[in-house]
Amino acid sequence: MHIDWGSLGLVLVVALASVVVLTSLFSFGVVGLSQRDSARAAGGSGSGPLAGAVICFALCAAIVGYGIYLIVA
Amino acid sequence: MDFSLIVLVVIVAALAFDFTNGFHDTANAMATSIATGALKPRVAVAVSAVLNLVGAFLSVEVAKTISGGIVDDTKVTPVIIFAGLVGAIVWNLVTWLIGLPSSSSHALFGGLIGAAWIASGSDAVHFGKVVEKVLIPALASPVVAGIVATLGTFLVYRITARAKQDTVGRTFKAGQIASASLVSLAHGTNDAQKTMGVITLTLIASGSLAPNSGPPLWVILTAGTAIALGTYLGGWRIIQTMGKKLTEIQTPQGFAAETSAAAVILTSAHLGFALSTTHVCSGGIIGSGLGRKLAEVRWGVAGKMVLAWALTLPAAAIVGAVAAEVSTLGSWGTVLVGLAGVVVALGIYLASKRNPVGAHSVTESEPAGRPVNA
Repeated sequence: MHIDWGSLGLVLVVALASVVVLTSLFSFGVVGLSQRDSARAAGGSGSGPLAGAVICFALCAAIVGYGIYLIVA
Repeated sequence: MDFSLIVLVVIVAALAFDFTNGFHDTANAMATSIATGALKPRVAVAVSAVLNLVGAFLSVEVAKTISGGIVDDTKVTPVIIFAGLVGAIVWNLVTWLIGLPSSSSHALFGGLIGAAWIASGSDAVHFGKVVEKVLIPALASPVVAGIVATLGTFLVYRITARAKQDTVGRTFKAGQIASASLVSLAHGTNDAQKTMGVITLTLIASGSLAPNSGPPLWVILTAGTAIALGTYLGGWRIIQTMGKKLTEIQTPQGFAAETSAAAVILTSAHLGFALSTTHVCSGGIIGSGLGRKLAEVRWGVAGKMVLAWALTLPAAAIVGAVAAEVSTLGSWGTVLVGLAGVVVALGIYLASKRNPVGAHSVTESEPAGRPVNA
């Protein structure tokens, strides 16, 4: 019997890191969208927050794309 | 290709198991999306079904052994596989009836262990492997996913605390659909493969296929279709447990839970420490309950779930053992077990009609007058 604690620990660390990055990025994207809405409601353009949000969501999509690549490969 | 009767029976049983696997595990991917209203119940199961089918075709890596080394594959005959599948199917149906998400892989392992033990003796079972491949992952899966989802949920709420709440709800719905879809896809690649492996290895053992050959197209097609049909049927009872009874779920939590589940499943599959999809997803949901302040995790429900997990392997093993005992008596024994399996399945189906949970009622809360923890 051989229990690979090392790879279990690795799974925890990698999953934790990727979820921290993904959920944070997505949440910052949501904050960006929300700031854009507020800015527009106040008469501004809100294009800065929108650009930030788009970058965040694009990074998320890239990470998810890598996840799908992992499934297929 | 010509099949002996037993090979045909094994194929039918394997596809039946795949079908139960499908509706048993729909909840893993879609329970939280349905609970938060991100997807309508019917749409959710349809998306999940299609992605399971796609997943079945995506990966070419077929399970190289029937059981991952838990039983001695050289001592496994088609009759043992059949008996094991019957044990797995019966346990999947029982846990579905009472709405508990238990691992379909554990049911399959359990059934095979029981059948191999009875038919070939206890040395046909590798108990060290059982601890390594079943026990440790079963304990680790919910803990790992729970920790990850707790942190993910905490971050999501922390970062978006000052954002406009309607934007938050709307955007996380979209995020939730994406993350749930990823879980469905991962599930299709993992679980449909298992059935394909069982069928392929049976065909090889019976000489219908050359050794080391991959699954023929019809095997991929039928296995993918069986799991997709099962998924589309929707295991509403289990969806209700995971989406509603375990903890109340909001869209950001659902997003965090599904993202955590997808991340843990993918990393575990690729770093060589296989974890159970069901246990990971359940742990993710509990974690998302813990990560949101004031969200209450109903530990009574969680406890019942853990009990079902602990019972899955031995219970399926006992059914598998009895099935093997009778099946090995001769062809009539195999037919008898097959008929008994159909009768049990029918009985459970009829029992489920007395207290139906369907697409329309799945998001309803507990009936009035019943305590929440019941």
